[in-house]
Amino acid sequence: MQPVIQVKDLSKNFKDFKAVSELSFTVNQGDIYGFLGQNGAGKSTTIRMLLSLITPTEGSIEIFGMKLSSHRSEILKQTGAVIEKPDVYKYLTAYENLQLFSKISGGKVADRNQIFAQLETVGLAERAESKVKTFSQGMKQRLGIAIALIHNPKLIILDEPVNGLDPQGIADIRNLILHLSKELGKTVVVSSHLLSEIQLIANRLLIIDKGKKIIEGNAADLFDPAQTIVELETPDNNQTLSILQQSTLASILQPVREHTIVFKTHRDNIPALNRTLVELNIPVLSLQPRHSLEDYFLQVTTGNQHVEAFTN
Amino acid sequence: MWKLLQIELYKIFKRPRTYISFAAITALVGVIQFGLKVDGNTYIEFMLRDLSATLDIEGKVLNGYLVCYIILQLLLVHVPLLITIVAADLISGEANMGTLRLLLTKPVSRTEVVVAKFLAATIYTFMLLVWMAVLALFLSLLVFGPGDMLNLKSGYIVQLKGSDIMWRYACAFGFAALAMLTVAALGFFLSIFAENSIGPIVATMSVIVVFTILSTLDIPVFDAIKPYLFTTHMIGWKGFFDVKVTENNEAITGSVQNMGKVLQAAGVLVLHIVGLVAASIFVFKRKDILS
Repeated sequence: MQPVIQVKDLSKNFKDFKAVSELSFTVNQGDIYGFLGQNGAGKSTTIRMLLSLITPTEGSIEIFGMKLSSHRSEILKQTGAVIEKPDVYKYLTAYENLQLFSKISGGKVADRNQIFAQLETVGLAERAESKVKTFSQGMKQRLGIAIALIHNPKLIILDEPVNGLDPQGIADIRNLILHLSKELGKTVVVSSHLLSEIQLIANRLLIIDKGKKIIEGNAADLFDPAQTIVELETPDNNQTLSILQQSTLASILQPVREHTIVFKTHRDNIPALNRTLVELNIPVLSLQPRHSLEDYFLQVTTGNQHVEAFTN
Repeated sequence: MWKLLQIELYKIFKRPRTYISFAAITALVGVIQFGLKVDGNTYIEFMLRDLSATLDIEGKVLNGYLVCYIILQLLLVHVPLLITIVAADLISGEANMGTLRLLLTKPVSRTEVVVAKFLAATIYTFMLLVWMAVLALFLSLLVFGPGDMLNLKSGYIVQLKGSDIMWRYACAFGFAALAMLTVAALGFFLSIFAENSIGPIVATMSVIVVFTILSTLDIPVFDAIKPYLFTTHMIGWKGFFDVKVTENNEAITGSVQNMGKVLQAAGVLVLHIVGLVAASIFVFKRKDILS
């Protein structure tokens, strides 16, 4: 895979505060690269450095094989971005905003049909002539994405792209990102606090905390089905625990609440375990796999006790 | 650069607040013209009260040229506020709206952004002054008619021939443009440091008020700094209405009493503009965009 973004030992200090510290990562062509971290972890600072909005204190950024510091213009011609809130000119219409940014995006200036096609893609064609000040947050978000895509960039950087969207809007953006990556071969870097969304689309992940890299890797590797954490709710913890302890399918058992036990197993074993418990007349109120990105994220960023215990 | 300038002008003239300045100038000039039309002779008698005992003036004193001069004297003190509303908003307003970061993720250099924005502010300033010239000079000529202009000084009067005035106004408005551009450059520079436009607008006006007071205070301790304050030179346009005279005290057509002083004042303003724009580029290129 051809690397599109190569970041090496990137640091940013704001006076005495280290916002980003010796961060290194690689984004390959065609990746949907999930960028995760708690509020204040340094995600936005890193993304702003990738777009040369902030000057790094140390380290290097190469995009498309070129140094960002010396080839900013060439790189930005091939990059589209939405940074946090998609603020656009509220006193202009959606069409006027797209037309305006198309002129300075570095590609061929979009004509009326292309602008309407782009607005159609994000579901705003009917509101093309409406002033943005009349738009909802979700509509502004979609317009921001349309502006990021208007010059057909190879690299798309989306910071919290589903903020303020309703469930249908979130699904639409998810499908759009998948379409951009799978069918058009674009490279997408996406940060979001909605971890479940990232889990659904990203093939690679970077988790940072307090400005430092916690882990980077393939999403599939982070969610090993053999390491699935399961939460079992039952009225009788003691009897259930003793049954599961005798089973070879479950390991590292631990009651976490009065009617809840957590254990580790292979995801494929969940139906068999359920069947065993039911056959032994153990009432199973719920049986849920919990090896989600959220669990993993909490484990690596906050050292969440019971999750950590089950994944060691 | 041309595209960026077009875009900046498009943004300025798409905003309703831009037209507040044009409306304010229209209203102010209209009010002054109305007042002078209705009761202008009383005003002239008041202005000539010290000279009326020794001087007998015949003819139409209150003509379009004099009305324009009166308007310029009154308004050029207040126009900086109107200029500042737009100039001090150019960077800080975009930071406040959040559009600055979007603009700077496009392949345009920060120097180009600063230069395009300042050129747009320059064009806006020129347009405002052209509008002021149309109303204050040409409308006044239409309403009050032409004639020789009496430039009322303390203790004496300069009489300018009607045929010798128009070029002086062209130069005076050109000089006023330089003065207003200095204000625009200051507002623009301060807007780089803020994330809303109120701060730089208030700061710019505060600087102008303080500098104007220092420029006009007749206290010797401030004399040393006066030549370096741009406000000292902002009224340099009046120099075009001071003429050289013959031995018989007759005005020499086409002359300016102290052209060197006028040019020096213009030079100081140009230096301020160049310095402030250069400083804007220097600061903006190094600024982290956190808005």
